[in-house]
Amino acid sequence: MNRDRLWTWQSRYAPYLFVSPFVILFFAFMLYPLGWSILLSFYQTASARGQQRFVGLDNYRFLLGDWLFWGAVVNTAAYTLGLVLIQIPTSLGLALVLNTRRVKLRGFFRFAFFSTYLVGNVFVAVLFALLLSPRAGLMNRALGLFARRPVDINWLGEPDLAMPSVLLASLWLSVGYGMIYFLAALQTVDRELYESAQIDGAGPWSRFWNVTIPGIRPVLIFMLLVVTIGGFQLFELPFVIFESSAGPSSRALTIVMYLWQSGWEAGNLGYAAAIGWVLVILIFGVALLQLKVTRATQEV
Amino acid sequence: MAELERPHLLAKKRRKEFVGGVLVHLVLLVAALIALAPFAWMLCATLKREEDLFAYMFLPWGHFERLTLNNFYALFTKEPFGRWLLNSLFLSSTVTVLVVTLSSLAGFALAKYRFWGKRPLMLVMLTTMLLPGQVMLPGASKMMYELGWMNSYWAIVLPGAVSVFGAFLFSQAMQAVPDELLQAGRVDGCSELRLWWEVALPMVRPMVGAFTLLSFLASWNSFLWPQIILHEETKYTLPIGLANMVQLPEYRIEYGILMAGTLLSIIPVVILFFVLQKDFIAGLASGAVKG
Repeated sequence: MNRDRLWTWQSRYAPYLFVSPFVILFFAFMLYPLGWSILLSFYQTASARGQQRFVGLDNYRFLLGDWLFWGAVVNTAAYTLGLVLIQIPTSLGLALVLNTRRVKLRGFFRFAFFSTYLVGNVFVAVLFALLLSPRAGLMNRALGLFARRPVDINWLGEPDLAMPSVLLASLWLSVGYGMIYFLAALQTVDRELYESAQIDGAGPWSRFWNVTIPGIRPVLIFMLLVVTIGGFQLFELPFVIFESSAGPSSRALTIVMYLWQSGWEAGNLGYAAAIGWVLVILIFGVALLQLKVTRATQEV
Repeated sequence: MAELERPHLLAKKRRKEFVGGVLVHLVLLVAALIALAPFAWMLCATLKREEDLFAYMFLPWGHFERLTLNNFYALFTKEPFGRWLLNSLFLSSTVTVLVVTLSSLAGFALAKYRFWGKRPLMLVMLTTMLLPGQVMLPGASKMMYELGWMNSYWAIVLPGAVSVFGAFLFSQAMQAVPDELLQAGRVDGCSELRLWWEVALPMVRPMVGAFTLLSFLASWNSFLWPQIILHEETKYTLPIGLANMVQLPEYRIEYGILMAGTLLSIIPVVILFFVLQKDFIAGLASGAVKG
């Protein structure tokens, strides 16, 4: 009898038992801090333990006129634009090449391209801080082999090269990862569509635009969003490459880096929270814009 | 048949295909070289003496007796690298086991049961998933300070055990588990927990593998939050330890030590990747198609 009661009890309450560990932690460690972040953005704080003073919308007001913040926005946006324009076509191109029929050693190439993704951001940053160092770094030496003279580019010291250096590291890290997604997408495109297009006399270029691109369209849009959203959250690469500084002339300062500096170097968690919420708005705005544009191109 | 009548056209087509094939492989080789050269450079740097780092681009060809393992020795003696490695292994495996278990349990409930509060819960989950994680940092930091968890692993393990993305991933995958199968299991006297463990989980195996790898990778590489929480050198994880080493001028000169540290930090992830490779590619592919 007791066993039966236990049995009905477990079948009745099973879903609650299954979700509760997740839900408890979700409320405690995600929703609660999120609520705090909203509140904090209306306070000025001296540090996590220190005094806090209600300032209303002052943090946001100050942020609008904070040229360091807008510099960070410009840097981050430029990086994201570069990443989208270079990474997505490169990943797609590699996937197309790897997907051609008679490729030898496909498994090796796939792993070679993907392997860079297994290296975490911080480790890539350490590696590239040394790769890009002026005299001993592999980058200048390899360029020197092509130029047939010593190359002495100051990758990490030149303000104009700060973000391109970060972009190089980021591309090395992420091109292969994007390729895996495109490869999976390409394999779902119906082979018969290509054959009938060929019979209709479509050349390779026209087949690419009229069969491949529509076929992988969902993944293309997905990648566009993921790369953009990830780009706006850039932090570890420049932070470690430029040794926790903002880089030469603050040209490697990103939004999240400024959030960190304000919150944990200067100790103003309230201001950091305000930066966080403005970042949310920026990301939402850009993502919505992209969705609108991609939807509009579909209707054309 | 038509092609046989025009042998010169066939030959032309063959030649074109051959040139195309060579070109394809050339592109792939150059790309593979770019992907792998930094690894090779790093590996070589770990084996070189300080004075050879500048003298040779890769290895001291013809002078292999000059190679050394001193960089690895120095890494473990001059810095608490062994400690960081153990910390990272402990934290990442704990977080991964917890997050895979909790996400798959929650995903199972979301996919296969009706319960009170399910709709609003999913709505709230979806909303938080849209927010970039960094926006939580100020609030979470404040919270951990008030709990007295600054410098404590609790502040890393417990938040790390929640993944909204994971719960949705498993809930999506487990929709495919047939209700009849679960019902049959119940008739045979299977408890609900055993249905999760013996029916649902095995059916989404690729997803388990892919999510395990992604979670481990994320935890192994996480930097910003642990860096806010952990202040004692003996509690550092590998990314924090290495990021601090980069800032020391001595390691800019003896960078073989730094490269040895980086190499050893990558190896555990690569091993896990090889173990889970098949599941990972399958899981990623099925996830990507849906996304």
